[in-house]
Amino acid sequence: MITVKNLYKSFNNKVVLEDISTEFLPGKCNMIIGASGSGKTVMIKCMVGLIDADQGEILYQNKDFSKMNYKEKKNQRQEIGMLFQYSALFDSLNIFENVAFPLRIFSQKTKAEINDRVEFCLTRVNLDPKQVKNKFPDEISGGMKKRVGIARAIVLNPKYLYCDEPNSGLDPLTAHVIDELISEITQEFNTTTIINTHDMNSVMKYGDKIVYLYQGKLRFDGTPNEIKNTQDKNIRDFVYASQFT
Amino acid sequence: MIKFIYSIGAYALLLKRTFGKPERSKIIWRRFFEEANSIGIQSLGIVAIVSLFVGAVTCINTAYQLVSALIPDSAIGSVVSESSILELAPVLISLVLAGKVGSNIATELGYMRLTEQIDAIEVMGVNSASYLILPKLLASIIMIPVLIIIGQFLSIIGGIIVGELLGIVGVYDFSIGAIEVFRIKTFIISMVKAFSFSFLISSVAAYQGYTVMGGSREVGEASTRTVVYSCILILLSDYVVAQVFL
Repeated sequence: MITVKNLYKSFNNKVVLEDISTEFLPGKCNMIIGASGSGKTVMIKCMVGLIDADQGEILYQNKDFSKMNYKEKKNQRQEIGMLFQYSALFDSLNIFENVAFPLRIFSQKTKAEINDRVEFCLTRVNLDPKQVKNKFPDEISGGMKKRVGIARAIVLNPKYLYCDEPNSGLDPLTAHVIDELISEITQEFNTTTIINTHDMNSVMKYGDKIVYLYQGKLRFDGTPNEIKNTQDKNIRDFVYASQFT
Repeated sequence: MIKFIYSIGAYALLLKRTFGKPERSKIIWRRFFEEANSIGIQSLGIVAIVSLFVGAVTCINTAYQLVSALIPDSAIGSVVSESSILELAPVLISLVLAGKVGSNIATELGYMRLTEQIDAIEVMGVNSASYLILPKLLASIIMIPVLIIIGQFLSIIGGIIVGELLGIVGVYDFSIGAIEVFRIKTFIISMVKAFSFSFLISSVAAYQGYTVMGGSREVGEASTRTVVYSCILILLSDYVVAQVFL
């Protein structure tokens, strides 16, 4: 269970997150939505410790992440996988080495075991290991990069999977495939998945819980059905701006 | 002034993180060899060209200024070798490498910062400073002094070739002059310079690249700052070493 309590963050006196409190459902797809600049990415980065919050608590199994010592944080982070908006693959490493990177650093696996695990993860994200493993990130498409990013994120069997705008910059078909993949992985590996997205189609189809941010404040916290039927004009404008199916 | 003090503090903290215990020493060593190749082997060409020309020009300049029947030809060899070992090779090669190696490190790390590759390493629980910067620092501290030794040798060779080709001084006289003035202390001082310059080049570049915020323009600015700051710090520390040891 991940719980966020009274989270505040400002940059140069500009408040980006203000008193955010919510709980994310374990083993489910949790969606953080909101317009550009509403603080979604900052919230995710605070939750994984890339940005230090000014105030508030981020609790993983009731343990405050910000109060953990270096070793505890390091151990906690090994339970976290993250898919970045632009995949953030290491461009000096080939696809195999990108996916194997966390294993080489943290596991005591043999070469053969690492090879098997990387091939399993690449296959799981619908990539043919033989075709892609020797390629470099700049030799594959945006959709394939996202898949490799997911493979790298799940290679250590994380408890928590964060996805920062997983389908941005992708054509609708590929975006759908990536959404489907994340949803399948969430169910299959029972990960607590937190997705930051604008795409209302994927929110309605795959979201189990929705957190809506508006100008750095929490404006809605509920289920897809609840958000569909909300009377809040601001939320309705955002939700119904796209013709979701 | 506050910004300057903040930068010094941030630079010191980054170095502290860089020298923190690495996750896997084996991986750091593998990366060290890659960086040693990039920083050392791939800089050999430019170092050779700079050194040969520096030695050649120093030989011509010295011969031009020491026109006297009372001064033996071997003095040219003495001046060229002494100035090459003590000053010209360490300083000029370091200035060139500040441009080549320093800007390369800053740009690479800056690009990794912008494309969230550094964030990806951090999220995994890896000390990104140690993983990315430590191999570069170690490779620089070992390879740049090696390049400077090669440069010192080639600079003297450049002087010998030009001295012989232009009939300024024969190989024998040049060599006698060079051997006569050679002292181990001079070489040690040049190595003190080499190690301090190599640390400055790589650490300043790493700091500038690692802390980039913004876009591609900021990466370019960080690269430029790296070269400017490194050059100033090289000249400043050259003065300090000269003042302290000579």
